[in-house]
Amino acid sequence: MKRTLSWLVAGALSLTALAGCSGTTAPSSAAGGGAAAGGDTVKVGLLFELTGNVASYGTAEANGAKMAAEEINAAGGVNGKKIQLVEYDTKSDTAETTTLAAKLMTQDKVVAIIGPATSGGMKAQIQLSAQNKVPIVSGSATADDLTVTNGKLNEYVFRTCFVDSYQGTVMAKYAASKLNAKTAVILKDTSSDYAKGLADAFDKQFKAGGGTVAATEAYTAKQTDFNAVLTKLKGQQFDVMYVPGYYEELGLIIKQARALGITAPITGGDGYESPKLAELAGSALTDVYYTNHYSATDTDPKVTAFIDAFKKKYNNATPEAFHALGYDTMKFVADSIKRAKSATGADVKAAMTETKGFSGVTGTFDVDPATHNPIKQATIIGYKDGKISVTEKFS
Amino acid sequence: MDQLAQQLINGLSLGSIYALIALGYTMVYGIIQLINFAHGDVYMVGAYVGFASMAILGLGVFESLALAMVTCMILGVVIERVAYKPLRNSTRIAVLITAIGVSLLLEYVMLYFVGAAVRSYPPLPDYFNAQFAVGGVVISAKSLIIIGVSVALMIGLQFIVQKTRIGKAMRAVSQDADAARLMGINVDNTISFTFALGSALAGAAGVLVGIYYNTINPLMGIMPGLKAFVAAVFGGIGLIPGALIGGYFIGVTETLVSGYFSSLLQDAVVFAILILVLIFKPAGLLGKNVREKV
Repeated sequence: MKRTLSWLVAGALSLTALAGCSGTTAPSSAAGGGAAAGGDTVKVGLLFELTGNVASYGTAEANGAKMAAEEINAAGGVNGKKIQLVEYDTKSDTAETTTLAAKLMTQDKVVAIIGPATSGGMKAQIQLSAQNKVPIVSGSATADDLTVTNGKLNEYVFRTCFVDSYQGTVMAKYAASKLNAKTAVILKDTSSDYAKGLADAFDKQFKAGGGTVAATEAYTAKQTDFNAVLTKLKGQQFDVMYVPGYYEELGLIIKQARALGITAPITGGDGYESPKLAELAGSALTDVYYTNHYSATDTDPKVTAFIDAFKKKYNNATPEAFHALGYDTMKFVADSIKRAKSATGADVKAAMTETKGFSGVTGTFDVDPATHNPIKQATIIGYKDGKISVTEKFS
Repeated sequence: MDQLAQQLINGLSLGSIYALIALGYTMVYGIIQLINFAHGDVYMVGAYVGFASMAILGLGVFESLALAMVTCMILGVVIERVAYKPLRNSTRIAVLITAIGVSLLLEYVMLYFVGAAVRSYPPLPDYFNAQFAVGGVVISAKSLIIIGVSVALMIGLQFIVQKTRIGKAMRAVSQDADAARLMGINVDNTISFTFALGSALAGAAGVLVGIYYNTINPLMGIMPGLKAFVAAVFGGIGLIPGALIGGYFIGVTETLVSGYFSSLLQDAVVFAILILVLIFKPAGLLGKNVREKV
């Protein structure tokens, strides 16, 4: 009996292993638009985290990009050629990303790669992009050192989102000019580089703008009791609080701060973006402002058109920032191919570098030739009594 | 001065939670010399039962509190009967490892069923959200309720342990299980009853935390569980008044450390206290040094 069982187990294991193998690298032409592989298509790689621990980002961005590709093809493609997407799944694994990027560049011969969504994934293909002269573009990799590493520009690396530190800078300006803040306190999540980057940038810009930062306090992720540190901050005089971090803790911080009688505006970055924030903070979510790439409540006609089209395609779901960024990234790549002298990696890269006034749903931007970062506006989202009360572009 | 008073209130609310959990640790240790590491997770289950009862069954806060206590009571007895009783005569390390196993089992079974995302308690009746300002100090009704309920439960516990027959049996078993058996006490039932009491208190703490912080997740029991353990050791493990003092001491210390030094140091200080206590007064604040009989 025992022996049969072990054979069964072994059999089952090897079957799963086989299934795992066959599931790996089958390319799928997603939004091919029915174009045959020939001279009338231009191939673009779509390399995203479709499974694994950051799959929710990767899938969202990939879906946004696919939707954009369909729209472009329906409108006749670029320079008369349809876009043919070659899609692979990085499984949220950087080694896999490098392998697949090499495959896209050398075997599939794509003119550009869109993705992955994370900075770690992008960094895994920087070297390959330079070797093979294929531009790589991410819609959401926000690490400051991605496009410029140790003071040297990575020539083939682009992104359509602003960098982490920019959010801190924008919020510092917003607090000073729109919230009339002279004194700020900072409470940051020290377990995340993202929050630290935002806090440093805010600190620098706020002081440069003539304000003072009265205190800087810290917390760690997964903490639930912030009363002690908030009571300490309450002893200070300040006009605004800058609290970069993620929504799980922020909801509690906002709630506990308001319960302790702290009435100053609470501000932060895109880590606030989640329906959970309102759930955790409840009615305490008032006078809260954060920077984001995009807002689904924006009334800009370009944004509303995108949201309507998205809802039609994806079962009435509301697009998130990642969808919008993926969508813009595809449009940006198509736009660059259109402006390029020829559909080769080097020419497309040159066209990307020269981008001026590209207009997408997450804003209008130029590409800064020195850093390859887009120069764009952030969206400020403000809450009053648990509801969104402010949506405006600011830079 | 206002700030100090405010910090003390913050500390007492937090300390009440630690004290409630620490009581369960200390009672179980007192009776079978087992550090029940699954105790923090019973507290987590209590928080989820309270959540389900309020959000799904639509019961009130105090009904939910009672339901969570009863559920945890049953859970505690089941854990004891299934996981610990068969190992009653094994080495202590075997039981300890089983306890860690039960703890991980509860965490990840819960993670499987409810998911890793945090959940928030449904909105509470208005009197929970009331606040009083005394000078510059803000006292929320929630803090008062959390402290009040904890103190009431502790008084109830003290009554059960000191004034009832089963309490007397518990004390007898904790002194000498064999002698108690010879006196006709049903030792197994007494041990189960101890688990039931301790787990009920942990369940109550879970619901109170859900109300107070409005956030629960399947791994929420780990840190408070460890800190309550420190509280129990600090007060003298096995001693009920020790757990009370330890719980409030740890809560207030933690708050004062993050209020006056840095919030990043609070956990470090708590565990440094554990180490110091173990070095200088291993029996805890109220414990007597008893020489081990050979």
